Amino acid sequence: MSRAPRSATAKRDWGADESGTSIMHVDMDAFFASCELARRPELRGLPVIVGGRERGVVLAATYEARAFGVRSAMSMASALRLCPQAVVVPPDHRLYQDVSRSIMELLGQITALVEQVSVDEAFLDVSGARRRLGPPTVIGARLRELVHARHGVTCSVGIAQNKFVAKLASTHAKPDGMLLVPADATVAFLRTLPVGALWGVGEKTEQALGRWGITSVAQLADTDVATLQAAVGKVAGAHLHDLAWGRDPRPVVPGRDERSIGAETTFAQDLWDLRAVEKHVLALADKVAARLRGQGLVGRTVAVKVRTSDFRTLTRSRTLNGPTDVGREIYLVSRELLAAADLRGLPVRLVGVRMENLSARAGLAEQPTLEEAASPRGEARREAELALDAVRQRFGSSSISLGARAEPRPTTEPDAAGLSWTR
Amino acid sequence: MKFRVERDVLADAVTWTARTLPTRPPAPVLAGVRIEADASGVIGLSSFDYEVSARSEIPAEVAEPGTVLVSGRLLAEISRALPHKPVDVTLEGTKVVVTCGASRFTLLTMPVEDYPTLPQMPELTGTVGGDALTHAVAQVSVAASRDETLPLLTGVRMEIEGERITLLATDRYRLALRELTWTPTTPGFSAVALVKARTLTDVAKSLGSGGGLVNVGLSTGNGLDLIGFEAGGRHTTSQLVDGDYPPVRRLFPDTKPIHAVVPTQALIDAARRVALVAERNTPIRLSFTDGQVVLDAGQGDDAQASEALEAVLVGEDITVAFNPQFLLDGLTALGTDFVRLSFTHPNKPVEFTGQESLDGDDSDTYRYLLVPIRFAG
Repeated sequence: MSRAPRSATAKRDWGADESGTSIMHVDMDAFFASCELARRPELRGLPVIVGGRERGVVLAATYEARAFGVRSAMSMASALRLCPQAVVVPPDHRLYQDVSRSIMELLGQITALVEQVSVDEAFLDVSGARRRLGPPTVIGARLRELVHARHGVTCSVGIAQNKFVAKLASTHAKPDGMLLVPADATVAFLRTLPVGALWGVGEKTEQALGRWGITSVAQLADTDVATLQAAVGKVAGAHLHDLAWGRDPRPVVPGRDERSIGAETTFAQDLWDLRAVEKHVLALADKVAARLRGQGLVGRTVAVKVRTSDFRTLTRSRTLNGPTDVGREIYLVSRELLAAADLRGLPVRLVGVRMENLSARAGLAEQPTLEEAASPRGEARREAELALDAVRQRFGSSSISLGARAEPRPTTEPDAAGLSWTR
Repeated sequence: MKFRVERDVLADAVTWTARTLPTRPPAPVLAGVRIEADASGVIGLSSFDYEVSARSEIPAEVAEPGTVLVSGRLLAEISRALPHKPVDVTLEGTKVVVTCGASRFTLLTMPVEDYPTLPQMPELTGTVGGDALTHAVAQVSVAASRDETLPLLTGVRMEIEGERITLLATDRYRLALRELTWTPTTPGFSAVALVKARTLTDVAKSLGSGGGLVNVGLSTGNGLDLIGFEAGGRHTTSQLVDGDYPPVRRLFPDTKPIHAVVPTQALIDAARRVALVAERNTPIRLSFTDGQVVLDAGQGDDAQASEALEAVLVGEDITVAFNPQFLLDGLTALGTDFVRLSFTHPNKPVEFTGQESLDGDDSDTYRYLLVPIRFAG
C-alpha cells in the first residue's frame, strides 16, 4: 500500500504520445485486501482491514477503510479507533503468494524483462513486445482486464520513459487506473508534485530541503546542484536533481529482487520470560525458513527485532559465514542476537525474525567446513525441515512445527564429529 | 652509556629486534627497543609486547656501559639510512645521540624502569635444521586461520614425539599436516604446543634462513607456557596459544579409492589461468577422466574458461570443485614435481600429497586436505 504523497493536479491526461515510453509499472491495488474481497465478495463496499486483530498492525486496507484515514503499518488499535465498523480479516499469506505468482507469470508472458519489486509490484520493459502486442497502453489495458478476470483483483499501471516516472504514474493512476506520461510531458508532470513524491525523499530529506525553502519538485528542479548538495549531501543532492528532471538511468533488471523475508509476532500480553520469547523466535525462524525454501532462496544475514513494553524497538543482525534456509540455524543465531539485546529489564511486546541478503539457492556454491563435510548434519537438518514443508503442504501450516526441546544450547559443546572450533 | 658499533651490524640487529613491535602499542614503552651496553663488549637489543619477545646480541666497543629505551621503529629507520661508517651511540642526559660520519641524530629516551622484564628463553629442548623448519612452517601456515575471532585456529599445533615433530594447521576449510625430524635433548621427549602461525612464520623465516641449526626451548605447565627459538645470537620467545585444539588428524580419510597424479607446476599454471574468470566465492572445477583432467570455471552468462591437462587417474571418473585460492595455496605449498589428489567422494575432503615421479609413490610427510565446494541441489 503506497503512502507516497500524490498530487491531485497530476492525475490528468498528459497526452497520448507513446514513443519512447516503454517502461511499465504494475502495482496491485490494496493487494491483500483485494485478495480477500475476491474470495469473499460479500465484503465488497465495506471498509476491510487485513491484519492481526490482537495488537497487530494494518497490512492492507480497502479504499473504503482508507477513506477513514486507515493507513498501512498503523497499529490495529488506532485503525479501529478511526474506523470502528471496519471488518478485520487475518492475513493469509499463502493466498497472496499464490495470486502474486500467477500474476507475475502473466507479466512474464508479455515480456521476459520483468523486474518483480515485491509481492504486488513489478516493472516491465515492453519495448520488445510492441510489435507483437501493440503500444504500451494497449498492453496495459489488456493486462488489467486479464488480472481482474482471472483473480478478481484490480491493478494500476503507470507507463513512462523510465522506472522512476512509471512508478509515479501508477501511483497517480490508483485505484484501478492507468496513466501514461509521454516522454515530452515528463518534466511538466514532475513539476506538479511535492518533493516527498520523489524516491528516496523521506521525512528527514524533506525537512532538510524545507529549510532551503524547497517543497515542490519544480523548486527542486530550479535549484542549482551545488545548493542541493549543501542541503542534503553530495550524492543525494545530485541524485535528487536528476530525478526532478526525470532522469533515471536504471534499467529493468529481470528477476525478483526480494530484499528480505521476515515474520514477527506481537504478543497478546507483554512477555517477561525470555524463554517464552525464545519459543516464539523458534516458530518465527521456522516460518521464515519455510518461506525461503518455498521460494528457492537462501539468506545470509539474520536480523532480530525486539520491541519492549515502552515501544523502544531494537534490531540486531548478524551475517553468517554461508547462506542458509534452515530454520534451526536461523533460530540459533536469532536466539543469540536476542540474548545480546539490552532490553533494560522490560517485558517484550513484539519479536521478529528476518532474513536479509537473499540469493537464489539454485546454482549456489558453498564452501563447507571440514566438520560439515565429515558429518553433513546441516544437510540432514535441511532434509528434516523439507519433510516438515511436505507435511504442512498436505495438512496445513499449523499441523507441524520445529520443536524446541531437541535444540541444544548454542554453546561450545562438541558436535557430532567431536570437534569444537570456537574456543 | 657510550658505544661504537658497525653500521651494518647495528641496522640488521635493530631491524630484526624491532620487526614485531606493535604499531599501536598498549603502553608507549612497548614501542621501544631496549639497548643494554655491557662492559664485556656486547650490546643487547630487546623488544617485547607481553606476548612475543625478541632479543639480539651484537659485538661493540663499549666505552661506558648502560641501558636505555628508545623508539624501536625510529632507531631501525635511522640505522638503515646511515652512511657506511662506524656508528657512535651516546646517552646525553635524557637523549640518545647517534652519530655516523657527518650525520647526527638525537632521540628521546623512555623510562627504562617502566619497561617490563623479558621472559627467560626456556631451557633447550632440542635443535632443528633452519631450512627444514622454514620450509615446513611455510607449508603448514597457509592453512592457518587469519580470523582473530577463532584464536585457536590462528595457531600452528606442534606435536613432538621423540625425534619427530608434526605441525598442523587448519582454518576449518583445509587442513595441513607436515612432519619433520629434529634432535631432542632428551630422547623420547613428548609435548604439544600451539604457537601463533604469524609468529612461527616470522621466527622460522628470520632465524631459519641462515641454514644453521635453530635451538628450541619449550616450557609448559609452569603457569606461563612459552616457546623459544634461538639462532645466531638472536632469540625469540612467544606465549603459547591457550585451548584445546580439535582432534583434526582423524579428518584425513582412511581409504582413498580414487586418486589422480598431475604435474604440479602445470596444474598451478592452468588453475591460475582458469581462475581468472572465477569471481569471488565461485569455484574452479576439476574433472578427472582416464588420462586427463579438465579445469573449468564460470557458468551461465558469466565469462568462462577451461583447460585440459594430462593426468593419471586410478579409480572411477570424478569431478570436484574448489575455491581457487585454497587450491593454489595447497599446490604451491607442495614443492614436489607431481601432486597426488586422493578422493573418496565429490563432496568429501580431497587429500593433496607430493610425489617425485608420475608413477611413483606419494610422500606423506606433507598432506593438505581441502573440502570441495558443494553446489546446492
